[in-house]
Amino acid sequence: MGKRTILYDTHVAMGAKMVDFAGFDMPLHYGSQIEEHHQVRRHAGIFDVSHMVVVDVLGAGARDYLRYILANDVDKMAHRGSALYSCMLNEQGTVIDDLIVYFIDSQHYRIVLNAGSAQKDLQWMEQHVNHYALGLHRRDDLSILAVQGPETIALLTTLNDPFITDTIHTIARFQCADSDDLFIARTGYTGEDGFELIVSNKRVEALWQSVCAAGFKPCGLGARDTLRLEAGYNLYGQDMDESTSPLCSNLAWTIALQPAERLFIGKSALLAEKELGVTQQLVGLVLADKGILRSHQRVLLADGLEGITTSGSFAPTLGQSIAFARIPKGNYKECEVIIRDKAHKAHIVKPPFVPFNSSKNP
Amino acid sequence: MNTLPQELRYTTTHEWVRIENDTATIGITEHAQSLLGDLVFVDLPALKKGLAVGDDAAVVESVKAAADVYSPVDGEVIAVNTDLNDKPELINQEPYGAGWLFKVKLVGELPLSLLSAADYGAMLDEE
Repeated sequence: MGKRTILYDTHVAMGAKMVDFAGFDMPLHYGSQIEEHHQVRRHAGIFDVSHMVVVDVLGAGARDYLRYILANDVDKMAHRGSALYSCMLNEQGTVIDDLIVYFIDSQHYRIVLNAGSAQKDLQWMEQHVNHYALGLHRRDDLSILAVQGPETIALLTTLNDPFITDTIHTIARFQCADSDDLFIARTGYTGEDGFELIVSNKRVEALWQSVCAAGFKPCGLGARDTLRLEAGYNLYGQDMDESTSPLCSNLAWTIALQPAERLFIGKSALLAEKELGVTQQLVGLVLADKGILRSHQRVLLADGLEGITTSGSFAPTLGQSIAFARIPKGNYKECEVIIRDKAHKAHIVKPPFVPFNSSKNP
Repeated sequence: MNTLPQELRYTTTHEWVRIENDTATIGITEHAQSLLGDLVFVDLPALKKGLAVGDDAAVVESVKAAADVYSPVDGEVIAVNTDLNDKPELINQEPYGAGWLFKVKLVGELPLSLLSAADYGAMLDEE
């Protein structure tokens, strides 16, 4: 038996098919993964992502510490109540994990880590506290819900909760706000507008039920995966890991090399890599033929060079199959992917496959 | 527990077979489609392809995974369900009906490995 989130029994009662994910028994879907995908693109869905780990970084040294252990620069967040996506790198400049960091106040940052890497992340983070004046607090008393989709704001407003209503109408994308037992951030992993709600374990069941009653449909990790792939978001462990640099993982935009005087773990390795020339890139593939792209399929290029798919699936919004692939640097437009010993034609594109908030920007 | 159609024969790899004279119609079971989830692609065998018991005959792919379908019988492919090219979800909706995969003209004896509905049901109960 795996670990369980507070909502485990609720998921089972709602008909979820449970699967193991990073040691947790999590909902894969509640009937149809594809319907849940469309629900989020067209209306609104709710995900339990409480397997992810919240860590509060508290103390006067929090800012300096985070500017040292994260590849993105928390100083990009000019105001309290902001969020930033970053990689955490090792000295070799490869990816220990990717995460979101929230700037709550000058002595309080909050980090959300992937479930599968949280333990090694925390070890790494503890190891580098050194002289920084801070404490790391793993918040196992908190749960995380993601409410996503074009109808999110309208439906959340019907809850008539003054803090929720005020916050969702006030904060912009990548901003956050918190009250006593509810933290709201306008972030997500679906390519749709929406919020992530970090809430006390005591309140999460009531919040889940009221959000479902407001019209959000429960959605599982299956739909979450196809939504993130269409949106062009990497998945840690598949699209990048400790064997890959962010520079060949479509994540160069998250590496803050300026200001030059800021030193962060992995920076010298990345500068050396740039000096030598980055040799690979992570691109999007759209399968021209029928069939389904999966991870670890061979990618053949016209000049005889090869690459490999890192994530692949059927894209319900597009009705065709898409993938990420790591291939040599170069201006390639087409490739062939080997599926069960047969070559299939695919187009090479720059993700996202489905633009952000697509139903509102047709 | 779903009730299994009594007139069909089954395999340990979750195919079903409907025998009518010298023709076998083959599909995947309710249990198999439920494990796979929403089906999105089916790779069917070529017509006239000769199949022996246990051969790779088709591939069914859901959003989650690809699964091989093995031939439960010996024979030659005489028909494939082309409706599945546009509507692979028929396998989810009617695994024992409109979601059939292919038909084989039987050669020789039926293999002893085919299970009755009762035996297949008992196997599922043990899983």
